[in-house]
Amino acid sequence: MGVLAFAFFALLMSGCTKNSSDGAASKELLVGEYGSMTGGEATFGQMTHQGIELAFKQANAAGGVKGKQLKLDSVDDEGKPEEAATAVTKLVTEDKVIAVLGEVASSRSLAAAPISQQYKVPMISPSSTNPKVTEVGDYIFRVCFIDPFQGTVMAKFAHDYLKVNKVAIMKDLKSDYSVGLSNYFKDTFEKMGGQIVSEETYVSNDIDFKAQLTSIKSTHPDAIFIPGYYTEVGLIARQARGLGMKMPLLGGDGWDSTKLYEIGKDAVMGSYFSNHYTTDTQDPTARNFIAAFQKEFGVVPDGLAAMGYDAAKVLIDALNRSKTLNSQDIRDAIASTKDYPGVTGKITINDLRNATKSAVVVQVEGDHNKFVTTINP
Amino acid sequence: MEAFFQHLINGISLGSIYALIALGYTMVYGILQLINFAHSDVYMVGAFIGFYSARWLHVSDSPSYMNFFTVLIIAMVGCGILGFLIERLAYRPIRNAPKLNALITAIGVSLFLEYTGQIVFGPTPQVFPNILSDSIIFSTTSGGVRITRFDATILLTGVGLMIVLEYIIHKTKLGKAMRATSYNSQWASLMGIPVDTIISMTFVIGSALAAAGGILVGIKYPKIEPLMGIMIGLKAFIAAVLGGIGNLGGAVLGGIIMGVAEEFVVGYGAATYRDALAFGILIIILLFRPAGLLGHFSVEKV
Amino acid sequence: MINVKRTLVFPGLVLLACWGVGLIFPDLFNAYFQTLVIYSCINIILAVSLNLVNGFTGQFSIGHAGFMAAGAYMSAWLTMTFPHWAGPFLGINFFFNTIAGGLLAAAAGYGVGLPSLRLKGDYLAIVTLGFGEIIRVVLLNIDAVGGARGMYGIPKTASFGWAAGWVFICILTVSRLVNSTHGRAFLSVREDEIAAESVGINTTQYKVRAFVISSFFAGVAGAIFAHFLCYLNPNSFNFMKSIDVVVMVVLGGMGSISGSVVAAIIITLLPEALRPLQEITKLDFRMVIYSLTLIVLMLTKPQGLFGKLEVSDIWKKYVRRSS
Repeated sequence: MGVLAFAFFALLMSGCTKNSSDGAASKELLVGEYGSMTGGEATFGQMTHQGIELAFKQANAAGGVKGKQLKLDSVDDEGKPEEAATAVTKLVTEDKVIAVLGEVASSRSLAAAPISQQYKVPMISPSSTNPKVTEVGDYIFRVCFIDPFQGTVMAKFAHDYLKVNKVAIMKDLKSDYSVGLSNYFKDTFEKMGGQIVSEETYVSNDIDFKAQLTSIKSTHPDAIFIPGYYTEVGLIARQARGLGMKMPLLGGDGWDSTKLYEIGKDAVMGSYFSNHYTTDTQDPTARNFIAAFQKEFGVVPDGLAAMGYDAAKVLIDALNRSKTLNSQDIRDAIASTKDYPGVTGKITINDLRNATKSAVVVQVEGDHNKFVTTINP
Repeated sequence: MEAFFQHLINGISLGSIYALIALGYTMVYGILQLINFAHSDVYMVGAFIGFYSARWLHVSDSPSYMNFFTVLIIAMVGCGILGFLIERLAYRPIRNAPKLNALITAIGVSLFLEYTGQIVFGPTPQVFPNILSDSIIFSTTSGGVRITRFDATILLTGVGLMIVLEYIIHKTKLGKAMRATSYNSQWASLMGIPVDTIISMTFVIGSALAAAGGILVGIKYPKIEPLMGIMIGLKAFIAAVLGGIGNLGGAVLGGIIMGVAEEFVVGYGAATYRDALAFGILIIILLFRPAGLLGHFSVEKV
Repeated sequence: MINVKRTLVFPGLVLLACWGVGLIFPDLFNAYFQTLVIYSCINIILAVSLNLVNGFTGQFSIGHAGFMAAGAYMSAWLTMTFPHWAGPFLGINFFFNTIAGGLLAAAAGYGVGLPSLRLKGDYLAIVTLGFGEIIRVVLLNIDAVGGARGMYGIPKTASFGWAAGWVFICILTVSRLVNSTHGRAFLSVREDEIAAESVGINTTQYKVRAFVISSFFAGVAGAIFAHFLCYLNPNSFNFMKSIDVVVMVVLGGMGSISGSVVAAIIITLLPEALRPLQEITKLDFRMVIYSLTLIVLMLTKPQGLFGKLEVSDIWKKYVRRSS
């Protein structure tokens, strides 16, 4: 047993003392990433990770930043907030990264951001939408919309464009993204004079939604707002259609994936969701990204991969613009990002350290999405 | 009123899947007094075997009953083998160990299957191949109540397998041996029954049923991923306990009740407490009638 | 016989070793290391308290995370809603809020234990699992404590001092308890419940007592967790967390406090120690290795690392041998 304990501590020591080189002086720039590579949300973490990897690969091929190659230090947080905090603590204090990318889920970003802020290491979240994340401190940024904006977008779309008055909501109780989005949608829609006729909930990884849908059906809504992830939406749509519910379905950027149509098939045809961009886009930046991603990983990128890519690109751009490589300058460079041409739209970081971007509303048309309208902030 | 009937149909459909999986749990518990946590992951593997075999046979987009049954058989055989391996490698050595150890081993096997599944199959949900097409076979005039072909297939396949199982258990020598072993394995071995073989067979049959469950779920809910077994496995287990663990009829009854109860609670009340409901049922049953609805309580002899 | 002082020698040595290592490798004793140490302390409290029920009293409780959640949320809610109710110092408030959290957890333990402890073995396991999940789902639905969005902004009042202090109190309590007549009763319930009843020991009462005390400390661990992570989310207290604690107890040896301490430290550090492996292979094998470890452990050394012995017993054995 003593031998076991000793071998164990030895292994731990080797992990700990490995990275005592400081980031700026060596030939590489070490950037940290934390995400859920395993566990129930592994698919989101891995997609984001691949987006970031692609961005780094391309930047390195083009000569790196300030003559140095970028190295990605990626740490798994298993989808748990406490692991996220530990992961970022390790990245920031042990590995001494110059910046941190992550996380997808606001709950994990909220757990980890205070640490990044405390040690004054800039952090960019690719997809956390809870407004509270960037409120943690001036070193925390994000390149996505925040819930208040996106909820408003769909509410406006439903009211002004689709001209519906009665909407039912079907939200994922376990996902703070879904709960947040549905709250803001409800607020805005009701303020505009609309009526939320029913509010049902489900939990991520559920497969049967008939009970909730049958209840919704009896309230006769004109549309159903499903602010969840594509992993469930496909099934929800199928079951809704199976019950004879033909009204339009609405959603948020969590729908963005080819799997949505693959699982949902005809059930999701004609449904609308708000997104950062559309795969139908003519924008060369986006088209190049999609092609490069497919070439590198063999799959079409989903919304999270695109966000990961943009977060990495914004960071790289800031590193290039930054006067030196110390954290204050990097932070300021990120904060002054203006009209950066990202895959997911023109990104400007505003005073609250959130991204000011327009949202597009797209309609599902088979394995690509048709652009419907743009809604500006 | 229509909603009520639709809920009922949904509940029975869901319940028949719980029942299929519950049968596996109850069989293993009846013989080994072991909660086979890995059972739900065998179900998951069954769904994936269906996924890969449909691809391999190039029938991923050709719906027909022929393809459905072929894939079903392949999955059942595959999982039967898997169940055999699990029993042989992980459970047999600890058969005489304290219960908590067996429980932990079962949990270990479950986690192993889940996370290896995430590495091998990838964590991204996959779309189950289109090997059977859906259509409405019954509908009220207003469309308020519908029964689909999937519902009917699931119910009939489930019932069919259960009838086969009943036949095996009550009309064959193997079944007799299984019943004897579950009653008292020591006496059974004294009677010349090869207990080890019987136990293996139990696992094989139970796993095959789980695989069938996996395929049926894959058809109806075409999204499959490595962690899909967790919640459904837990609920199926509760269904088995509800009906009386060790009792086959109980497993079926429990499954249907679970499905219907869940459907009604979610439909008419708090959907968010759906999972809590399952556990609530469990706790109530264990507190007031621990033997389950159809089970009988055995007195512990000193 | 478990000697109280001797039982504390081992954890004390471990703490001293950490401090010493911190002196020799100052670079090592950074925030990351501190994080690991505090999580180890939290897990030690969880493991030792669960051992009281699973190891010493021989019951199957696998819902410990639920009690941890109760303690975490209660104490955090108190801290956020009444920041200075026990005076101006945050530390004192933290102390009392931790106790309040522990008390709520203990009450939950009583509520869960009283009806359930009539059940045997596997059934009790599933019921405790069920209660753990119910507590989690209930918390997910209570908006006042954040629900799915979680509770954030909890002040970081849990330092190493507090964590170590509670570890000390927990181990002291459990070892004294086990070393008393109550402990004898617990052991008798574990060894043969029917025989214990027949000599007049109210087994249900003792089982509930063990459960309540164990839940109290789980709540305390939860409170420390809440005030260290500064963010609470119900999903941190799911079935997997309960399983982690059970693994610690079984790995260390059910019935050995020292075993729980060592196992808690190993389980806390194992995922971190395996990170280099992940970087090399690019695939995350940690959970696969973890699950294989469980299986192999059960197959080869089911009594765990320490079995039913304490460090003091092993020490005595060696000392006697060499003399």
